[in-house]
Amino acid sequence: MDLNNVVKIPIGPQHPCLKEPACFTVSLNGERLAGLDLRLGYNHRGIEKAAESRTYIQNIYLIERVCGICSHSHPSCYIQCVEQIAGLEVPARGRYLRSLIGELERVHSHLLWLGVAAYEIGFETLLMYSWRDREVVMDILAMLTGNRVNYAANVIGGANRDITEDHKKDILKAVDVLEERTKYYIEVATEEATLIARLSNVGYISLDDVKLMGTAGPTARASGLDYDVRRDDPYAAYKDIPFKVITDTHCDVYGRALVRVGELMESYKMIRHIIQNIPDGPIAVKAPRKIPAGEAISRYEAPRGEDVHYVRSNGTDKPERVRVRAPTMVNLLSVPKMLEGDNLADVPITIAAIDPCFSCTDRAIRVSDLDGGNAKVMTWNETRRFGIDWYRKNGIDFTDLNKRLAGRMR
Amino acid sequence: MKKPGKMLSEMFKNVAKAPATTSYPFTKAEMPKDFRGQIVFTSENCIGCNICVRDCPAAAICITKQGEEKIFGAYFDLDVCIYCAQCVLSCPKKALSVSPNFELAQLTRSGFRVVFPAKPKPPKVDGDKPAEGQVAPTTSA
Amino acid sequence: MSVSLFEMIVFPGFIFLGVMGMLFEYLDRIVYARLQNRKGPPWFQPFADFIKMGSKEDIIPREADSGMFVLSPLLAVTAVVVSAFYIPMWGGKALFSFFGDAVVVIYLLTIPTVAYFFAGWYSTSLYSTVGAVRTLTQLFAYEVPLFLVILAPGILANTWSLSGMAEFYSQNPLLCVTNVVGFMVAIVALQGKLERTPFDIPEAKTEIVGGTFTEYSGRLLAFLKLTHSVKTVVVAALVSAVFLPFGVEIGGVLGFAIFIVKIAVIVCILSAFKAALARIRIEQMVDFCWRYVAPAAIFQLLISMVLGALTGCGV
Repeated sequence: MDLNNVVKIPIGPQHPCLKEPACFTVSLNGERLAGLDLRLGYNHRGIEKAAESRTYIQNIYLIERVCGICSHSHPSCYIQCVEQIAGLEVPARGRYLRSLIGELERVHSHLLWLGVAAYEIGFETLLMYSWRDREVVMDILAMLTGNRVNYAANVIGGANRDITEDHKKDILKAVDVLEERTKYYIEVATEEATLIARLSNVGYISLDDVKLMGTAGPTARASGLDYDVRRDDPYAAYKDIPFKVITDTHCDVYGRALVRVGELMESYKMIRHIIQNIPDGPIAVKAPRKIPAGEAISRYEAPRGEDVHYVRSNGTDKPERVRVRAPTMVNLLSVPKMLEGDNLADVPITIAAIDPCFSCTDRAIRVSDLDGGNAKVMTWNETRRFGIDWYRKNGIDFTDLNKRLAGRMR
Repeated sequence: MKKPGKMLSEMFKNVAKAPATTSYPFTKAEMPKDFRGQIVFTSENCIGCNICVRDCPAAAICITKQGEEKIFGAYFDLDVCIYCAQCVLSCPKKALSVSPNFELAQLTRSGFRVVFPAKPKPPKVDGDKPAEGQVAPTTSA
Repeated sequence: MSVSLFEMIVFPGFIFLGVMGMLFEYLDRIVYARLQNRKGPPWFQPFADFIKMGSKEDIIPREADSGMFVLSPLLAVTAVVVSAFYIPMWGGKALFSFFGDAVVVIYLLTIPTVAYFFAGWYSTSLYSTVGAVRTLTQLFAYEVPLFLVILAPGILANTWSLSGMAEFYSQNPLLCVTNVVGFMVAIVALQGKLERTPFDIPEAKTEIVGGTFTEYSGRLLAFLKLTHSVKTVVVAALVSAVFLPFGVEIGGVLGFAIFIVKIAVIVCILSAFKAALARIRIEQMVDFCWRYVAPAAIFQLLISMVLGALTGCGV
């Protein structure tokens, strides 16, 4: 390839198609992609480290904030680890409640994805409609858990809040509305010509590549991988809930869209099943504050794919190590593969199609030269100093501004 | 059947419908009654066990003791509070509760400190039993 | 034939067109919002945007060619306003007209597109450059069909003057029916000319941020946006003069009202298109235009020529 004709365009760290900072440097040959360089680490928050200095109860809320959209998946996965170490048996009603919130979360996450995907291909009407309909499930979540995101629906040993008969009626009513709307979106997805033109044959990844790269969740299922943690390693109440694992053989973005709307329909069935069959009894068992020494790993099917948490305890009330592996981590690796030979216009939708969540994925900063050698680690103070010096060198001094701001704050 | 403009009929139906968006500050947003908004402190119930302070993930609560008597006040730093309501769960005496108040914006940071002064306890009533709540991962092991 | 300063600046020149442009921008936005079940902005929003942007600082990138960077928006707005003088709006005739002014108007309306290209190209930003190249690529796809269908009605009218065409068709309203294909082609091509979804490829914000306008700010951006709104009115007026010339000879308030209604109908059609479709890729757009739109335009030309030969009123 003639490298003189290649133009490098940065998509990110700040770009309208990205909801969180990440940097995709796209090499373009005309409108065609010649290469893609992926850089992460703009949003590292040090949550894993912070978890080590907090108690198990405080960590529920910290882990919940790993992701704003999967804010039930992450704490559930973490709590499963803790319960496993402590040997707690969650009562059946508690398990059902966890599955209920989990499925409601999947509904809101997939509807959100539908809107984002539509926005990336310039179809704002679909964005407005799907987000309008998402409000229905957000209201239900707010009613059940007390907030629209960050539900705090779990406690160690069970669920936080119980549902009443009124809640059940409201949920069923909302599910009916959503099911009808989702049927309409399936119709739109299978009939609207411009939508299909933008989605099909974009971001192709074969089943072999999916297996090779360990891609997870709807992205993998759209390439025909028949795997779902809810069925293959059931947690919460999924052992008792019948459902179908949706797969597709399109292997492209269109397939991923179909899998997600298909999963929405399955989720509605599951929510109805949970409401009808939820057993009576306590919703939680009492948990000790100090967790015995041990370690555990647990898996959870988040809306974006398989979420894995690892917790090691040492007998105190604080964990010794918490490790979070968000599904975006594995899915991101397959993005360069998906984009091989595609157009610039396909980049946003292909990135969006894995439903990325960069903040969940960013782990640590390791500054290294571009050739890979000479790696060094910077401490917080060094990084801060580096930033201040860099801006001073470029003629920007924030000292006055900082003073003014500080004066206004207090 | 592939055709462009599948959503047209739906769109025209929506023109006649009332808009789904509201002009928020002018029309109030309704929150469900169990919404986890601002935390409310009931001084009469507090026994000063400080479990809420210990469990708060954001260090937003401070329970203050008034003089020698067992009367407690509290203040909350709403700018660091994450509204998880763990303190409400942890409290063994139901001295803390949630309110659906979510419009908490302030112009100055000092405005975020909400102080609940200590009030003397009402005369002792019989059967002052511990709160039976929803779930309580409460007392220490 | 001279034109007074008042006509140029105020009526029916720059200020009148600017106000019309912003009012129709509001109509577009409110219709778009209502189709999406939203409330939409208040009526003064486009004016407020213009005033706000006008009061902001102009930032010219160090790398950019500052002359062309400033000139392009002015060039664009001037070309659009000048082309408006040749389009019959109400009361029969346009401000200027001569045999062949249709060709002039089409060329004048191409200048803003070329100015956008210069704006993007001389910004030297990567996003702007990609947007500029896309602007030109797209120009070659929609311009030919648009050209053909605007000129096709002229065959029957035996004139290439817009005022002449409007006069001919308002006297023979039945013959307008023969131009239905042309009208549809024109509406499709307008989406490209006005860079609206599904052909808003040059400023696809999820791909190339702001496209050609990425580096613009302040007054220059305000002028570019104004050009956009004025262009919407002018091309809608052009299409209505050629394809919907009913009542064009009526002057006064009634004529003005008819004119407004016609433009509003076209803007509403454009808004519905914008709301109903996804943005397509540049190569799909070029493919679509040459495979379907251009043949349809030629078909319209053939209809006009055959009819002209049959009725004997053509060339």
